[in-house]
Amino acid sequence: MKIRLYLLFSFFVLLAQWSPALSDLVISKVDRKIDLTSQVVRVTANLKIENTGNDPISEVLLPFGDHQAKDLAFLVATTSEGKGKTKTSSSSLPIKLVNPEGMPPSLTWYSVSLPKELAKGQSLNLEVRTAFTHALQPFPEKITQADIQLLVFQGSAYYISPYAVNVQSLSVKLPEPKVESYTKLENTKFSGSEIKYGPYENLPPFSFSHIAVHFVSNKPFAVAQELVREIEVSHWGNVQITEHYNLVNAGARSSGEFSRLEYQARPHLRGASSFGHLVAKLPPRAHSIYYRDEIGNISTSNLWGDSSKTLLQIEPRYPMFGGWKTSFTIGYGLPLRDYLFRAEGKRFLNISFGCPIEEVVVENLVVKVVLPEGSKDISVSVPFPVKESRDTKFSNLDMIGRPVVVLEKTNAVHEHNQYFQVYYRFSNLSLLREPMMLISGFFFLFLACIIYMHADLTISKSSPSYLAKLQWDEVQTALQQIQSIMNHCLGIHDKLEASLRDLSRTGDVQACKAARKSADNMLKELLKDLKPLLSFLQSSPLSASLYSKVEDVVAKEKELQEKLIVKHTTVTDSYEKKSGGRDIENRIAPIQQRIRALRQEVDDLLEIIDEI
Amino acid sequence: MEKATDLLSSSQSFFSLKSLKLKTKQQELLLRISILGLVYILAFITRLFSVLRYESMIHEFDPYFNYRTTLYLTQKGFYEFWNWFDSESWYPLGRIIGGTLYPGLMVTAAFIYWILRFLRFAVHIREVCVLTAPFFASNTTLVAYFFGKELWDTGAGLVAAALIAICPGYISRSVAGSYDNEGVAIFALLLTFYLFVKAVKTGSLAWSLGSALGYFYMVSAWGGYVFIINLIPLYVLVLLVVGRYSMRLYVAYNCMYILGMLLAMQIRFVGFQHVQSGEHMAAMGVFFLMQVFYFLDWVKHLLNDQKLFQAFLRITLTCAISVGVIALGVGTASGYISPWTGRFYSLLDPTYAKDHIPIIASVSEHQPTAWSSFMFDFHILLILFPAGLYFCFKRLSDATIFIVMYGLTSMYFAGVMVRLILVATPAVCLISAIAVSATIKNLSLLVRAKTKPTQAGSGKGTTSTKASSKGALDQSLPYQKNGAIALLVGAFYLLTRYAIHCTWVTSEAYSSPSIVLAARGAHGNRVIFDDYREAYFWLRQNTPQDAKVMSWWDYGYQITAMGNRTVIVDNNTWNNTHIATVGRAMSSYEDEAYEIMRSLDVDYVLVVFGGVTGYSSDDINKFLWMVRIGGGVFPVIKEPDYLVNGEYRVDKGAAPKMLNCLMYKLSYYRFGELTTEYGQPPGYDRARGVEIGNKDIKLEYLEEAFTTSNWIVRIYKVKAPKNRW
Repeated sequence: MKIRLYLLFSFFVLLAQWSPALSDLVISKVDRKIDLTSQVVRVTANLKIENTGNDPISEVLLPFGDHQAKDLAFLVATTSEGKGKTKTSSSSLPIKLVNPEGMPPSLTWYSVSLPKELAKGQSLNLEVRTAFTHALQPFPEKITQADIQLLVFQGSAYYISPYAVNVQSLSVKLPEPKVESYTKLENTKFSGSEIKYGPYENLPPFSFSHIAVHFVSNKPFAVAQELVREIEVSHWGNVQITEHYNLVNAGARSSGEFSRLEYQARPHLRGASSFGHLVAKLPPRAHSIYYRDEIGNISTSNLWGDSSKTLLQIEPRYPMFGGWKTSFTIGYGLPLRDYLFRAEGKRFLNISFGCPIEEVVVENLVVKVVLPEGSKDISVSVPFPVKESRDTKFSNLDMIGRPVVVLEKTNAVHEHNQYFQVYYRFSNLSLLREPMMLISGFFFLFLACIIYMHADLTISKSSPSYLAKLQWDEVQTALQQIQSIMNHCLGIHDKLEASLRDLSRTGDVQACKAARKSADNMLKELLKDLKPLLSFLQSSPLSASLYSKVEDVVAKEKELQEKLIVKHTTVTDSYEKKSGGRDIENRIAPIQQRIRALRQEVDDLLEIIDEI
Repeated sequence: MEKATDLLSSSQSFFSLKSLKLKTKQQELLLRISILGLVYILAFITRLFSVLRYESMIHEFDPYFNYRTTLYLTQKGFYEFWNWFDSESWYPLGRIIGGTLYPGLMVTAAFIYWILRFLRFAVHIREVCVLTAPFFASNTTLVAYFFGKELWDTGAGLVAAALIAICPGYISRSVAGSYDNEGVAIFALLLTFYLFVKAVKTGSLAWSLGSALGYFYMVSAWGGYVFIINLIPLYVLVLLVVGRYSMRLYVAYNCMYILGMLLAMQIRFVGFQHVQSGEHMAAMGVFFLMQVFYFLDWVKHLLNDQKLFQAFLRITLTCAISVGVIALGVGTASGYISPWTGRFYSLLDPTYAKDHIPIIASVSEHQPTAWSSFMFDFHILLILFPAGLYFCFKRLSDATIFIVMYGLTSMYFAGVMVRLILVATPAVCLISAIAVSATIKNLSLLVRAKTKPTQAGSGKGTTSTKASSKGALDQSLPYQKNGAIALLVGAFYLLTRYAIHCTWVTSEAYSSPSIVLAARGAHGNRVIFDDYREAYFWLRQNTPQDAKVMSWWDYGYQITAMGNRTVIVDNNTWNNTHIATVGRAMSSYEDEAYEIMRSLDVDYVLVVFGGVTGYSSDDINKFLWMVRIGGGVFPVIKEPDYLVNGEYRVDKGAAPKMLNCLMYKLSYYRFGELTTEYGQPPGYDRARGVEIGNKDIKLEYLEEAFTTSNWIVRIYKVKAPKNRW
């Protein structure tokens, strides 16, 4: 700490000697606000620049000390016109890292390109917003559970600039109206939770005056050493986001005992420097939210929301004291239609980049966008510089892997939570590939089953058991055929009966005779088919026991057939002779009884054969 | 498939309604397959209560070790796994994992995982591990079906499958998440038995080989394989004695024994035990006996002279038995054959462990079984079991003799140890299934007999001639049909009660992961105590990578798996002295304990404490076992020092040594200032219902490092030694 302070001093002493007149630019007024209410130091500087020289100027240089540049997470400059409440700020101006000649090398320079050249005598309002991480140092570095956390902020009371500054002022905003000590210069005021320096007038370029503020802050110091966000696009209608956090409380390290008793009894006193929960601001319509870690689900979380946002309050498994670490994973799904759009034949995903938890600083942010398998022509547009690379990921049913866009960013703060776009081409037909794969997989499985059932996989084709099985199969098929023939016959019998009924209704004797004739023919043909089967059964040794039954059936059926024909002829004859209904009935009654009995027997026998 | 094609061919012939109707046989097949399919699914989903109610997580203690090793296997490959020396447990001794575990479970899970990966399913190994046990339970139902079919008929097979699918005795060890050896072992056990019975029935080498492979799988999965290698010889012996010796038996046993033994030797943890350990000698003895039997049979065939053969028989038997006895005696005396282990003794004699091996006796699942837990785990099967035995005896065959022996021996073991109810469950289910199936068949025959007298007589072939003839006999009895219907309704009611009971037990008793505790809050809402994971995760994140954690051995596997830190002792209780050292440290005064902890390089001490929540299986309640195990090795620790008049107490009347030993101090540190229950003084221990005796505890050599939100786990840091100046 002390060494660092010393270095800082020596560096600026060097700097002060080095003050060439850079250009004719003069900063007529600077208002700086340093916000120390969170772990990220946010500095807003309102510059009023004036061109006093002859040449028009298109660039403004912003220098940062090396220690600052290292911590610089975010830098944006906008021009603002008007004053007070009517102030309108334009979109951010392009900024690039430069290395101007003849300038002290220990400074890092950024150059802001102005929207239009600044001619002689013209002035412009420039708003520069910066955010620094790790700029606050806990002091003392180790505290106990009961202690409050003290932080030190160091900086300059004057605005460091290569240009001369006419009027400037600085206000430092603290989280609590408690301050341990602060550097007192002339024109220093401490009121409420704000320290004001200035106004100071007419300072040469590179003016520097070291200030340090030692103040109380119990704001959570949540730093994600690594955050991997995986955004997986599924064209079936879902964007799945998975975020892996490696979180640490980077505040003053906790030392000594941790007493649960003290923490439970007086959490605000004994554990003021710890934080117990974080709130992630997820997009509206987020669904299927989960919160877990390597060893399982974490049950301490809360969810609420409205149409504009979903708030997920997560509690780590234990309160986070200084130096304590934890890691966890949050996952949620978003509806695809809110984030995926089409433009010029391409699709693009428009989704936010940073961490949804506002107060977390991310040291290494890795955003992976997993596109569906078969995406082509991938390009990315991010509003700030990031490191980009490509990868592939294998998920369910992937053959060639899904293309992954990997974006890396160090020192990400809440300001980086901006939308970025991934453009790619994807044909809708590829969408059907995976279902088709599944369908064909099942198809081939069933096909294999069918082939297996029908193929003969016996190794030894001459073994007795195999031969016996073959024979038995033949017997069975023969039996089945006989059965079907029998059923046919029975069907024909039914037809005959039906024709008789028709006769009684219409009295059309000829039609009835024709029906009998055709039935007769059919029965004869069936009988022809039956003969070889019966002889086969008789010859086969396996069916010896069955044969008698089959024979029985066939014989019974034959008798039945005969009786039916007799009945049929009798009835038709009587119709031809125009006998009375009663007379016919009397005549066929004995036959009818026999037929019924036979039919019953045949049915029973067929059922028995069926069961074999 | 068959049915479908048949249906097609028959419907092609002509389209009358009758031909569309399935044939009776096809109907039966369809019904059977769909019932089996439903039972298969039921067995799987009834085990998912815990996943639905909690999450997809590993339960209990041992499964965490299995999970950790499976993770290692899938990450590093099989050879690394086989040669793994684990320095994270049993510090400073370490443990050779490959040589001291049964790898069957891990290899199975890894294999399923690799297959799924190959089929492009991006699953996590944890999901595979969680669902392995239910998957194998489903497979067990299939084996039970085939076994039941082999023993009795297809009906009994179906009932057996349905009974075992939901039997609580089996579910207790196979719910989703209980990723333990028993999950796959019961499947392997039943498969081995089924294949062996099939081999004996057919005399086929193929079935016998199958049973040897099943035995190999069982050996690779669980130490319970000793049951198989003793039951099968016993069965063979019984068959020999009752004169059921046959060539089929000879082929089946010899093939199974020789191949099974050779295969089992490939498992490093088992090694040469099959020829060297006392527990496996019965199998070898029976093997030689079989040869003698075969030889005698051959000689008898050659001699053709009854008298000469009798003499020969006498000489051979005497020789064979004396050679066997001498060999056993010499082997034992020379130390080549190791004597029976303590675990084996404790199975034969339930009181053995209590007197000789406190570490076995200290585990709750090794306690003798109470009647209530039989009722709890078997319900109506307990009544059906004797009925089934009756049916088995009525129709004795090689297969039914086997199931009777399996049932009776496993029932005995189930009575000795609670956890062995698991082994008895398949036998009980099968035998009960025979009872249910036979009874219902007889009753339904009676019911049908009246309506269709001719049908029943001719239709039901040979299988139930006895039953039907009985039905015919009983036809003269009055109300016979009504009685049969009433009994059928009764049987149906009983089975329904069984199903309801099983579901209730599964849901209430066997589906809690025991890592996460759940209780009902004041308003009936569910309160979750996730303290274990809170503490383990704290260890994982906030202690140095090489920190050594001392705790009672119960938590060892969980600390290594979830906390990823080195432990002194864990659930693989292979070194009694080491455990006794930890027990001694826990039961000593703080300064003495500090010396022990320094010598063991301990950085953190973890104790489990239920005084705030009323969680009763905490370390204070286990403490007497620590004292006993510690005292078993170090006589400095004496149990009476911790008791007052033979009574174990923690309140003011407790023994002074108790009030000042390390375990007491760590459990109750600063507890005296906490009010746990309204209307009670501060320091009221809810688990034991007393106000603690020592409220002013000062720690000199340790400091509180972390205590979970409900105080269930407390972690202390061992301070570095003080500077000498």
